[in-house]
Amino acid sequence: MSTQVIATTKNRARQLTEEEIAEIEHEKTLYPDNQAVGLEALKIVQKYQGWVSDESLMAIADYLDLSAADLEGVATFFNLVYRQPVGKNVILFCNSVSCWICRCDDIKDHISKKLDIDFGQTTEDNEFTFIPVPCLGDCDNAPVMMVGDDLHRNLTPEKVDEIITQYRNKSA
Amino acid sequence: MSRPPLEIAAYEANDGYQSVHKIAAGLSSNDVLETIKGSGLKGRGGAGFPTGLKWSFVPQGENSPQQKYLVVNADEMEPGTFKDRLLMEGDPHLLLEGMIIAAYTIGASKAYIFLRGEYTTSVRTLKNAIAEAYDKGYLGKNILNTGFDLDIILHTSAGRYICGEETALLNALEGKRANPRAKPPFPQVSGLWGKPTIVNNVETICNLPGILTYGIDWYKGLGQGADAGTKLFGVSGRVKNPGCWEMPLGVSIRELLEEKAGGMQDGLGLKAFLPGGGSTDFMLPEHLDIALDYDEIAKVGSRLATGTMIILDDQTCPVGMVGNLMKFFAHESCGFCTPCRDGLPWVDAIFREFEEGRGSEKDLQILREHVDYMGPGRTFCALAPGATAPLGSGLKYFEDDFKAHIKQKRCPYKH
Repeated sequence: MSTQVIATTKNRARQLTEEEIAEIEHEKTLYPDNQAVGLEALKIVQKYQGWVSDESLMAIADYLDLSAADLEGVATFFNLVYRQPVGKNVILFCNSVSCWICRCDDIKDHISKKLDIDFGQTTEDNEFTFIPVPCLGDCDNAPVMMVGDDLHRNLTPEKVDEIITQYRNKSA
Repeated sequence: MSRPPLEIAAYEANDGYQSVHKIAAGLSSNDVLETIKGSGLKGRGGAGFPTGLKWSFVPQGENSPQQKYLVVNADEMEPGTFKDRLLMEGDPHLLLEGMIIAAYTIGASKAYIFLRGEYTTSVRTLKNAIAEAYDKGYLGKNILNTGFDLDIILHTSAGRYICGEETALLNALEGKRANPRAKPPFPQVSGLWGKPTIVNNVETICNLPGILTYGIDWYKGLGQGADAGTKLFGVSGRVKNPGCWEMPLGVSIRELLEEKAGGMQDGLGLKAFLPGGGSTDFMLPEHLDIALDYDEIAKVGSRLATGTMIILDDQTCPVGMVGNLMKFFAHESCGFCTPCRDGLPWVDAIFREFEEGRGSEKDLQILREHVDYMGPGRTFCALAPGATAPLGSGLKYFEDDFKAHIKQKRCPYKH
C-alpha cells in the first residue's frame, strides 16, 4: 500500500528548477535534518513560483524524502505559505488592535471597493491578492500594510490610491 | 527607524563588541553567568523570568550533551508590540554581540535567530551585520583566539503567532507544525533537536552587552524602582506622538503616556489601556501614576509583559476592541487543545453578535464563563489564558458598554 502512495507522489511531482535545488541544498547545510529543510523549501519554491501547488509540494517531499502528508500539514499551518495561487502582489493588511483603533476598517473598505475584492480574493487582472495579517509590529505608524516585501505606513485612502497605482505601473 | 543601522566600525567605536574582547581577555563562562545573575535582568519577551537563572538550568560539564543551542525569539507578533523591530532595524550588532555572550555562557556553538518573515527590513540589516561580524572574526571558528566557535543562522518564519511560545518555536525551527510541546522537559534540558537550548527574546539579548561592558552597578543604577535596567516602552493608539522609547524601569506610566507620547489626540479622552500588548489585562486612568515595573503592575492585576501600551480612547468602542483581540487569538490558536480551539472562535462569534446588535445577557454570561474555561491551568499553553486577560478585565471594566450594546441593539459608538 505504502509503495503505491509513494509512486503516486512521484507521478504528480513536477521537476524542481536548478535555482530551487541550489537554494534547497544551501538550506541543507544550515539544519541537521531534512524535516527542517522542508519548511524552507516550501518558502523557496513559493519565492520562484508565487505559491505552492500540489505538484510543487510533492516535488519537495520527493526531493527531501519527506512524507507529503506531513509536509502538507506544515504548509497549511503557516499563514505565509500559499497553497492557492495568488496575484502578482500580495497585500498583507494589518487588522490587529492598534491599526483597528486607528480606523483601519475604513482603509480596508476603501481597498475592497477600489480593487473589487474582499479578504482572501485576487483581482481579475491577477495584480493583487488581499489578505489580513496579524499585527505587523509597526503600531506607531498605524494603519499599516505590506505589499510584497514593502511596508506602507500611516495609511489614508489617498495614500492607498497612490500605492496601488505605483504597483500597477510597475507591472505595466 | 529614521537612520540606517551603524556599520560595524562605528558600532565598535561606541564600545561595541567590548564584551567579546573581555571574554577574549579571560572572562570565563561562569563569570559571565554570575554577572548576568547578579544584574537582575529579567526576560523582556513578556514573562519576565530572570535570565541568569534560566541559563543556569542548562546542563554543563563533560557528561552534558556537547551540542547546545541558542535561539533568539524574534517572532514579534504580540498585538500592539513593536520594540524588537526597532532593535533589529536600528542596532543589529547589539543583538549579535548579546548572542555571542549568551552562546558563550551556555556553551552553544550554533545559534538561530527566529525572525518574523514579514520583517523584511530586519532580514536585510541582520544579514549585513552577520556578514560584517564574520569578517571581523566575532563569529565563526575560534572567535578572537578564545577557542570558542559560534555560527549564527538567520531563520525567517512563515508566520504564526503561536511560534512566540518557545516550544512551538522550536517545533517550527525543526520544520514541524508549531504546536507547543509538553513541559517538562524544559528546552534548557531538551530543546531544539532534543539538545539543551536557551530561547531568549531579542530585547533580553540586547541588554547583555551593556551589563558586561559597564558592570552590574551601572546596570542596576539605570532602573528607578525595584527592577534593574532600562526597557523599551511603546505607545500606540490615538495619541499625539505614538512611538517607542528606551526608559528606566520604574518611571510612571503617566510620564510615558503624557511626556513621551504627548497625551491623547485633541478631542479624545483616555478610557483604558493595555500595558504590555494584547495578552495583558486592561488598566484604567486611575492607574496612571503606577510605575512601569513588573511587580507594581502585577499588583493591579495586569502585567508589564512587552511594555508596549495600547491606548483605548473614549470614542472607540471597548467591546469592539476586545472583539478585535478575540478574533486575533481565535485565528492564531494552533488548534491543539480544546478550550482554545473551540472556546476562542465561540467567544469571537459572540463578539460579532454584540457588534451587530444581537448580544444578550446570556451571551455576557457565556463570555464570563469562558474567562474561566480558557484561563490559566485549563489549556496546554499560554495563548488562551493570554486572551482571557483583556477578555476578563474588559468584561469587568466595560460592563456598562456591553450592556449598552444589549439595550440599544447596536454599537453605541457607531454614528
